[in-house]
Amino acid sequence: MTPPREGRGGPLRRLADFLDDRTGWRGLMHEALYERVPGGARWRYVWGSTLVFAFMTQVITGLFLWASYSASGQTAWESVWYIQHEMTGGWLLRGIHHFMAQAMVVLLALHLLQVVIDGAYKAPREVNFWLGLVLMMLVLGMALTGYLLPWDQKGYWATRVATNLAGIVPVIGPAIQKVVVGGPDYGHHTLTRFFALHAGFLPATLVAFLVVHLALFRKHGLHAKQPITKPDGMFWPDQLLKDAVAMLAVMAVVLGVILVPAVRTMLAGGHVDWGHVGAELGAPADPSQPYAAARPEWYFLFLFQFLKVFEGWGATGEFLGAILVPGLIMGVMFLMPILGNWKLGHRFNVAFTLGLLAGVAVLTGLALDEDYYALWADKQQVAEAAKLFDETGGDEEKLLAAVGGDKAKAAAIAGQFQTVEKIRRSEAFLAAVKTARADAERAAELAGRPERIPPGGALELVRRDPLSQGPRLFAQHCSSCHAHVDPETPEAATILARSSAANLHGFGTAAWMKGLLDPDQVAGPAYFGNTAHKDGDMVNFVREDLQDAETWKPADIEAVIAALAAESGLGDAKTPAATILRGRELVASDERCGSCHRFGDNGTDLGTACDLTGWGGREWLVGIITDPTHERFYGDTNDRMPSFGKAAEGAMPLLTDEQIGLLADWLRGEW
Amino acid sequence: MNHDVPDSRRGFLAKLAAVACGGLATLAPVAAGVWAFLDPLRRKGAAAEFLPVTELSAIPDDGVPRQFAVVAERIDAWTGFPREPIGAVYLRREKGSRNVEALTATCPHAGCFVELEGTRCFRCPCHNSTFTLDGGIVEPSPSPRPMDSLECRVAENGEVAVKWQNFRTGIAAKEASS
Repeated sequence: MTPPREGRGGPLRRLADFLDDRTGWRGLMHEALYERVPGGARWRYVWGSTLVFAFMTQVITGLFLWASYSASGQTAWESVWYIQHEMTGGWLLRGIHHFMAQAMVVLLALHLLQVVIDGAYKAPREVNFWLGLVLMMLVLGMALTGYLLPWDQKGYWATRVATNLAGIVPVIGPAIQKVVVGGPDYGHHTLTRFFALHAGFLPATLVAFLVVHLALFRKHGLHAKQPITKPDGMFWPDQLLKDAVAMLAVMAVVLGVILVPAVRTMLAGGHVDWGHVGAELGAPADPSQPYAAARPEWYFLFLFQFLKVFEGWGATGEFLGAILVPGLIMGVMFLMPILGNWKLGHRFNVAFTLGLLAGVAVLTGLALDEDYYALWADKQQVAEAAKLFDETGGDEEKLLAAVGGDKAKAAAIAGQFQTVEKIRRSEAFLAAVKTARADAERAAELAGRPERIPPGGALELVRRDPLSQGPRLFAQHCSSCHAHVDPETPEAATILARSSAANLHGFGTAAWMKGLLDPDQVAGPAYFGNTAHKDGDMVNFVREDLQDAETWKPADIEAVIAALAAESGLGDAKTPAATILRGRELVASDERCGSCHRFGDNGTDLGTACDLTGWGGREWLVGIITDPTHERFYGDTNDRMPSFGKAAEGAMPLLTDEQIGLLADWLRGEW
Repeated sequence: MNHDVPDSRRGFLAKLAAVACGGLATLAPVAAGVWAFLDPLRRKGAAAEFLPVTELSAIPDDGVPRQFAVVAERIDAWTGFPREPIGAVYLRREKGSRNVEALTATCPHAGCFVELEGTRCFRCPCHNSTFTLDGGIVEPSPSPRPMDSLECRVAENGEVAVKWQNFRTGIAAKEASS
């Protein structure tokens, strides 16, 4: 032991000496830093260090995220939303964590590649190579478990798939699934368990393995790339400088991915909503809504695509694709140090790893091509085939008839059907992504309102939102007959031609009523054209009575339109009160509308035509959706429309009162 | 082959550069984390406002305080709670008086819930701070000040409203916490 050196040098030096005497830190530092690097520092050795750095970044950002995250079915999405949209710098914190996780996967691949190509797995380093493979699986496990934690649609559905795949492992699969999921169903305990795995079990295990991995690395020394042509270097500072530069570069890339879109917006003079910068947050997880945009994170896309190879094989295929083949591949990798002892073993290992990465790249590319094909496909080229595909539904006989019996042409067209279908699938996926983005944005907007999220969670908010639910309910229950399309848009004509009931876009507004009272439109597809009322009293009235300019001056018609729009509450606030008053008189008059329609207390009997009192208003709409056969509406002349809110005793109505209210609010544009 | 590495000025610069790069790279996650972690510092408590608590007739005019819940809507980070109890006050009034005195149930010493001991006095269960029925301090007491009174309004129709606010604990002065 050296004698105490206290009392020499400046205060800092003295403190350092004091500590060194009692801890021996200088020796430890020397041990840690002054490692010989045979052949000098090289860039190809940086990958291991960048991985440690990436892991440290995840630990730091993860702990800070932990300080604000709440793992439960009603608070996970909500707390992540709060981090992302409300907390200062939350978007940056989450962005770094999210994208560094992805960088880590890339760095893993590079590290593995370097180790295999350099033959660094060979004796005596076999054990360290195996430890590295375990570390790789732990990192992938953390990526998988982290994906669920925001409890958004994306994470939720991806996790359902991942855990269901775990469930097909023979014998113990269902038990594994149940334990991981925390029960027979997804919920609170799925989150608490995944969180414990993600932030506890997996990182703790990883640290333990990492310590041994690094200790063995130091024991064996750096495996130098042969042949050595340059003088030896030192780990500190030569190699560490390169490592540090690489770390900084990794961080720069991660920050770039987060910030570049925002900077672009700023440069274009736009306003940056920081809540939307960095990692995405989807709409809250909803097991009752389809989520066609479901895809695993990009680094698992290859597995997703690989599973498609076994499509049609059922559970056997999934077992092969998701468990057996990946298991065999991992098995081969574990055997690499042993295979490497054979004459051609190293070449095999390198070829296997490169082949594997190439396979992953190809599968990823295929997956992306399938999803985004519509973006780069030449749709013009298959336009005719697309049209025929829609008409014939892909049926060969119908196709032959459609092309006038020309067999060669039919064959050529049929050959393009596959492309058409691929475009259609891709378009559907892209549309689903667009819907998912809109839903996500809407959910964030609702959560950001001053009244915040109800204690029941954000899903409650979304389910009570007319803008989110209206289009879905309409698509499910109304759109098989009714259109909902702005008549001014180019696609309106096609959509209207397919509909068999009135276009409800803008129902209750002056523009809608104006169209109804237009003799050219009233029997058109946007109104009664495709219904049983095509030749009904109203159509006759509009086409004949209303054309009598003596009785119905244009100003009168305008007034009726204004009065009815005012009735719905969707009228133009600037309409003069006198016009509305005049219109109300005309609507009520038993010589005008009132001869058939009840309006207020005009005394007309119900049952001949719709009650115009409160026409197009919320109460009126709720009423007609609930029961169009009510005498206030169509009575026994009702054409096909179901009574959505009425059911035989003991049965469930098609729609709940709440759903009908949501539809009415959405149709009225109130949200 | 010469495997010796000369320790030189170049070495010092390399060390400096390595520390700088590594430090800079690590700074990003640490800074983002600390930035978000300190978010609570910019959050303010709800502004003090008058909240209806009860009816005048519900407070017996015998000079003995009664405990009432303060009910209000509340925002907790992301959750907006509908009206629910958020705290408690003691209300008392003298014989025939329409004048109501309100004391918050939070002990000015360390923030525990002060309890009414029969009809004789208030006592805090944590450190035995004792207060008279009008909130006055009974020496010796761990509490540095009397119980905190709250502004109280009695409307024409008998509705009793209390200006609900929190005060800093542990100091002699009655200071609203922000």
